[in-house]
Amino acid sequence: MVGVREGRATREAYGEAILDLGRKDKRIYVVDCDIGKSCKTIPFFKELPEQEVNVGIAEQNACGIAAGLATCGKIPFVTTYAVFGSMRMLEMIRQEVCYPHLNVKIACSHGGFTPANDGASHQCVEDIGVLRTIPNMTVVAPADFDSAKALVKAAAVYDGPVYLRFTRDAAPSVYTSTDSFVIGKAVCLNKGTDITIISSGDVLFKAVLAAQELEAQGISVNLLDMHTVKPLDVAAVEDAMNTTKGIVTVEDHNIINGLGSAVAEVVAERGGFRLKRIGIMDQFGESAPYERLLEMNGITTGEIVREARSFLD
Amino acid sequence: MRQDHTVAYLEGKAKEVRKTLLTMIHDAKSGHPGGSLSSADLMAALYFDELNIDPRNPKWEDRDRFVLSKGHACPVIYSCLALCGFFPYEIIHTLRKEGSILQGHPDMKRCPGIDISTGSLGQGLAVAVGMAIAAKRDAKSYRVFSIIGDGESDEGEIWEALNTASKYHLDNLVVILDNNGLQNDNSCAVVMPLGDMRAKFEAFGCKTFEIDGHDMKQITDTFAAIRSNREGEKPFAIVAHTVKGKGVSFMENVVAWHGMAPDDEQYARAMKEVEGGR
Repeated sequence: MVGVREGRATREAYGEAILDLGRKDKRIYVVDCDIGKSCKTIPFFKELPEQEVNVGIAEQNACGIAAGLATCGKIPFVTTYAVFGSMRMLEMIRQEVCYPHLNVKIACSHGGFTPANDGASHQCVEDIGVLRTIPNMTVVAPADFDSAKALVKAAAVYDGPVYLRFTRDAAPSVYTSTDSFVIGKAVCLNKGTDITIISSGDVLFKAVLAAQELEAQGISVNLLDMHTVKPLDVAAVEDAMNTTKGIVTVEDHNIINGLGSAVAEVVAERGGFRLKRIGIMDQFGESAPYERLLEMNGITTGEIVREARSFLD
Repeated sequence: MRQDHTVAYLEGKAKEVRKTLLTMIHDAKSGHPGGSLSSADLMAALYFDELNIDPRNPKWEDRDRFVLSKGHACPVIYSCLALCGFFPYEIIHTLRKEGSILQGHPDMKRCPGIDISTGSLGQGLAVAVGMAIAAKRDAKSYRVFSIIGDGESDEGEIWEALNTASKYHLDNLVVILDNNGLQNDNSCAVVMPLGDMRAKFEAFGCKTFEIDGHDMKQITDTFAAIRSNREGEKPFAIVAHTVKGKGVSFMENVVAWHGMAPDDEQYARAMKEVEGGR
């Protein structure tokens, strides 16, 4: 079983990864929207100004400009907050990036409840659902610093549109810098035979803590990090259905149309299997501590354990 | 490659463009003739004279880029591409039909010579700005031309894109406003008056020209002036005053012809008028 230790915000991982990438490959561009400071792209701009475009507070335009850069062989990362990157520029993503399948990445900090005290306007509980609905889009939600760094690099060499979701605040660490990730392939963090927990993004650590507790109670847990919500690793879900008695999904996203829904689509089509989704209860957040916001929605270790145990009754 | 044709030659090409686009829309039984006809002279000047492009090598890295931001006017660009030889001319009869490279709005993945898919209004100019930034950063000499509509200039993204063009000194960008004065529901003056567009382009930092968008000599003279005038580090804008439906008397300045196909009788009359030069 993996452990959980103190970590750093995944937006910082993005800042470091994009600078590494930009140094090595002149095709890597950052398109900033006047929040480079928050999204950790200032070092990129300072060192590689010829690979940066800052359009100001104009996200729709940022997306179009990235599309234009991509048609000329660049690999632009539009950098903003999840709320704006998934919704303010949504139709531009659809028309100018996904429809022509251009090599544009949408890299967003402030995913889920992680901008806790900023309040509901800046907490993004809809992005994964909104973006996984668009054809040609790939949706990735890394859990911690090391996986975020690796997945940014994987996205850079992945041909086509990718949405990446990062955290504003420190996310507990699960991985180390030597772990490797493939877009579209879930990571099995613990092999088990009783129940399956599938999570992604900043709340993966809750799933790990719950799995530890369940294992301590003698329950064997199959624990999956579904960092890529689209394309979903269907084989991993089917394997869980073949080898365990039920699946609990855990996400920092609206319960509608996120990771849980994606897993439910697979489970329902095959039928005859038990699933419980834990996520945000179709409501906006408020200014409050991150842990409190999760608690208000039942996204807690205790709740995961309770739901998992119910499959064994 | 860039040509240096006479005005009379280009006027002849504009006629062919008009006949081709009317034929396409008539065959498809749907499409947008009004805004295609209003931009036909500008497009003929671009595709048969000004743009540095190669029909045998549509993805040529150093080609000039063209963005039809008002994507619904695609019959006009399809006509230019067909007449230039980007694809066999007969394909024009497949507009809007299943499996066609000529989708209802331009699709860069299907149609050679389309540099970006458009159709959702207000979005093309930002893409053109991105292309122009790429050219500058790569120290390439190609230029980017974009035709935008007056109707789609209601969209805020057009103005965001102009801000960026100005910030990055994109003197390799030429924005052409097809100022035909009508939009989908009514005249622009009624739906959303935009005021003095020349003054607006100038306020947004563009070196701006104002011309008759159907006067081929004015069009080519303006392109020539822009070609020899890049030291200003400003993006270029051309306010081209046009007539929606230009060249077909019963379509001219009639809102209904924004998105309607001519029937057989109307088509025959339209072709005769274009041929005769009225």
